Amino acid sequence: MTYATLYAICGVVLFGIGFYGTVFCRHLIRKVMAVNLMGAGVFLVMIALAARTPSGAPDPVPHAMVLTGIVVAVSATALMLALIRRLHHQTGLTELPEQMEH
Amino acid sequence: MTFQQWLPLLVVASSLIPGSIIFVLGEQQIKLRTALNLAGAVVKVLLVAIMLWGVSLDQEYQVRYGLVEGLDFALHADALSLLFVSLAAVLWLLTTIYAIGYLEDSPHRRRFFGFFSLCVTATTGLALAGNLLTFLIFYEMLTLTTYPLVIHRGTPDSLRAGRLYLLFALTGGAILLLAVVWLQTLVGPVEFSATGILSETDPALYGSLRVIFAMLIAGFGVKAALVPLHGWLPQAMVAPAPVSALLHAVAVVKAGAFGIVRIVYDVYGAEFCGQLGVTIPLALVAALTILYGSMRALYQDDLKRRLAFSTVSQVSYIMLGTAIAGPLATTGGIVHLVHQGVMKITLFFAAGNLAETLGVKKVDQMRGSGRRMPVTMAAFTVAALGMIGIPPTAGFVSKWYLGIGAAQADQWWVIGVLVASSVLNAIYFLPLIYAAWFASPPDAWPDERPRGRFETSPALLFPPLITAVLTLLLGVFAGFPFSPLEWAKLIVLQEYAP
Amino acid sequence: MDAEWAMTGLIMVPLAAAIVVYVTATRFVAAWGVAVAMIQTGLTFWLTRSILQSGPVQVPLGGWEAPLGIPLYADGISVLMLIMTTLVGATSTCYAAAYFSALQHDPRRSSSQPTIQTFWPLWLILWSALNALFLSADVFNLYVTLELITISAVALIGLAGKAQALVAAIRYLFAALMGSLFYLLGVALLYSTYGTVSWHLLAETVQADVLTWCAASLMIIGLLLKTALFPLHFWLPAAHANAPAPVSGLLSGLVLKASFFMILRLWFYVFHPVMPVSAGWMLSVLGSAAILWGSIQAIRQQRVKLMIAYSTVAQVGYLFLVFGLACEPMGMLAWRGTAYLAFAHACAKAAAFMVAGSLMYMVGSDLLDRWEGIGRREPKLIFALALAGVSLMGLPPSAGFIAKWLLLNAAIGNGRWEVAAVIVLGGLLAAVYMFRIIGVSLSSAVPMPETMPIPRMMRWAPLVLAMVVIVGGIVTTEPIRLLEIGAPPIAAREVAP
Repeated sequence: MTYATLYAICGVVLFGIGFYGTVFCRHLIRKVMAVNLMGAGVFLVMIALAARTPSGAPDPVPHAMVLTGIVVAVSATALMLALIRRLHHQTGLTELPEQMEH
Repeated sequence: MTFQQWLPLLVVASSLIPGSIIFVLGEQQIKLRTALNLAGAVVKVLLVAIMLWGVSLDQEYQVRYGLVEGLDFALHADALSLLFVSLAAVLWLLTTIYAIGYLEDSPHRRRFFGFFSLCVTATTGLALAGNLLTFLIFYEMLTLTTYPLVIHRGTPDSLRAGRLYLLFALTGGAILLLAVVWLQTLVGPVEFSATGILSETDPALYGSLRVIFAMLIAGFGVKAALVPLHGWLPQAMVAPAPVSALLHAVAVVKAGAFGIVRIVYDVYGAEFCGQLGVTIPLALVAALTILYGSMRALYQDDLKRRLAFSTVSQVSYIMLGTAIAGPLATTGGIVHLVHQGVMKITLFFAAGNLAETLGVKKVDQMRGSGRRMPVTMAAFTVAALGMIGIPPTAGFVSKWYLGIGAAQADQWWVIGVLVASSVLNAIYFLPLIYAAWFASPPDAWPDERPRGRFETSPALLFPPLITAVLTLLLGVFAGFPFSPLEWAKLIVLQEYAP
Repeated sequence: MDAEWAMTGLIMVPLAAAIVVYVTATRFVAAWGVAVAMIQTGLTFWLTRSILQSGPVQVPLGGWEAPLGIPLYADGISVLMLIMTTLVGATSTCYAAAYFSALQHDPRRSSSQPTIQTFWPLWLILWSALNALFLSADVFNLYVTLELITISAVALIGLAGKAQALVAAIRYLFAALMGSLFYLLGVALLYSTYGTVSWHLLAETVQADVLTWCAASLMIIGLLLKTALFPLHFWLPAAHANAPAPVSGLLSGLVLKASFFMILRLWFYVFHPVMPVSAGWMLSVLGSAAILWGSIQAIRQQRVKLMIAYSTVAQVGYLFLVFGLACEPMGMLAWRGTAYLAFAHACAKAAAFMVAGSLMYMVGSDLLDRWEGIGRREPKLIFALALAGVSLMGLPPSAGFIAKWLLLNAAIGNGRWEVAAVIVLGGLLAAVYMFRIIGVSLSSAVPMPETMPIPRMMRWAPLVLAMVVIVGGIVTTEPIRLLEIGAPPIAAREVAP
């Protein structure tokens, strides 16, 4: 097993933990962090898999993708936080209500 | 495009265009709306007359337009479609005049006349459809365009009736759609042809074809009010009188009957139907419907509901004639398509006049109405006698051909059904006629309008008068060229061509 | 050359306009929107003509070739999606202009209600991202554009400002982000196996092995979450129903189609030969469940916008029937029908949501009880709703009927009676909820409620869109011909035992 594979597996595990958190955590800030953890897992997988070129030199394309991914993740996090803050401001809620009133 | 291609399109457009313009006009532009309506109706009658002349000279009127593969929009004028389209055109003209009078000063006339025209467009399209798909398209259009007419008054009653109507009609349409797609995957696009197209089918498919036949009959039977699919029809009586008249005489109920005629003759072919063994069940259902409708009509004290059950019964004569193989019964069934329309519309016009002029809606309020409204009640009497089948009315001609057709085909039980039904017809119509003419009128009518120069407004008076005269003429001059009977014989000649 | 400019323009024009209106905070922001709509219409027309004449086009943006460049690709299905976006987008633009200007003068307006200044930049970015997605030629760009769509769409829902809308937006955002990350993980696996993100190259080299299968499943599952296929639809009804009036139609009509388009692309252009037949049928089964569940829920709702939103859940189900049907001999028909249904649904649903928005603005509520007799006051709007309903029910003459006809042919032609039954039953259930609204609105039982006057454009925009659906049921040869350009090679597959 190479280091790269180890990192990749680690990334998948992180992704799984993040997924669990996003689904089962109730506090919204925890959910935000969990989503980011999922993202970090995916990025780790990408970086790890980039090392698997025959020449040993890393493939630049996944790096570019990860950079783009980080930009997307940052803006999504900002939006999440803004919405959560607004919800808290209006209703005092820190969790999503279980049953939505239609 | 040639004139031969334009003409079927024009016949359909002659009500589509006025209908569309009416929606754009304002509610208060009454004169323009009336003019458009009448112009459209007159133009349609003229165009159909041209077409009738052309077809009798063996002209082909046909237009075709591909939608997607296996789905062609086709209009084609053959003898059967002309019979139906002429009926629709003439009765639309009369009903339009009647409706203009009937709905004077009532709200939402723009919506009413707009959908009324669209409804006739769908009926004309049905009549001229050249294949099963086009028929289906117009059949669904008919459902949608009659819904606003049924619920026109917007009362809880009429909304409930509208829901029931949609429930029946859309479910029927869905079964029909399944059947049509199935049939098409088995034998390819289904074009109407005079002797049917399925007789060459692989015998291995006979089982599927029987099921498809049942589905098609069920789909059309909903509109044709075959028992037990008739539940919506008596409820739909809450619609304004002109709507009921059109629904029962040409548009909805007749469209279902016409569909069944098309299926039996032009898709399956009469002989092939006999070969499949599907005609006897159809004849039994029709006979059951005839008797059941008449029985129920006996017990209705609401005049329009009595007429509705009478329709259930009368329309099934068409199916009965269709189901008994043999040229004479077929003639009787097809000619009844026209005769029933003319007679039934007269009855509904007259019933509408009674309700509108005197407020008479119940059967027992009709006593003495003949003295107050002699013309209306004379028309009613002629049409009712026609329904019973007394010569020299149109109804007699239909029943005569049905009877000798049944004898020719050795189906003697049918004659029993015909006699029983005529007796029932007499039982529920004759007391009305007697009460109207010979009982003394009440001191005050339930809701009488002030009397004008005629017994009621001319727009309400002349349409039933004309259709009543037609009922007599169609009977007396049944043997003349271009009469429905002669035309039906022409159709039968093509159907049973060697 | 022609096509290249049109494709670039379709993406860049709304993007540039979004930046300009945001930076300058101009007062004539609606005029900018309308101008963009006109330019987009011209560009779409131009591109369609060019594709019809000379077939699919691939364009390396700025001359950069893969792997570093961003190639654009247009074929029949992407052009149909672009036409859909332009039609719905342009009418929504006009509608939104009228809506926000009316809202500014509305005495009932509260401070938390959306402002015109925030709507336009977000919508223009959404528009640009939609076009970019439909034109993407690689799976990573599909990801980026999809995220752009998600973020701007969520922000648009949040504009409504009410707590309900915020909750719906947050729930939607979490679901969508999870979906994207699943998708991205799949992309990473695919890239590590095949060393490319171009779906053209992937299609040539893709093989049936475990890693590919994992990647495909991750990507498809992520996209299913975004497309709200039953049972992953939990976020949709609240999000679509609580969005501001002009936004709901965009969400149901266009945003869902973006992720569905990606599934269509991946499945039929890349993975179809290697996916097991059972996977396709599983999607179809979920689709059937969605049709029934969504329709029944729609019937049970009291709020009209929720009814229409649940109707979207059902209609999304129809889009997934193709994955099973395409494994059998008449799959091509199902494919065409599905693509056309996506188009028909977008126009019909956007029209329905616009009508609901207008009437909700008029009476101040979308509770069905409050709509009694509303059709007497606003016949044009109810007529538009009825026309849209005809297509949703799949009755002729409408684009929805043509699509359903093709699907039914594929189902019955292959002896798939259960699918045919679901297709027909879904249409009947759609009739139940559509006519429930129409019936109530035409009732004359109660006096007319207190109302606000509706701006003229808020009547015409939905009517125009509803007319498009009807015309789409009559003029069908051109769109179907378009769909054949660059159509995927759908071959029948052996049915697994």
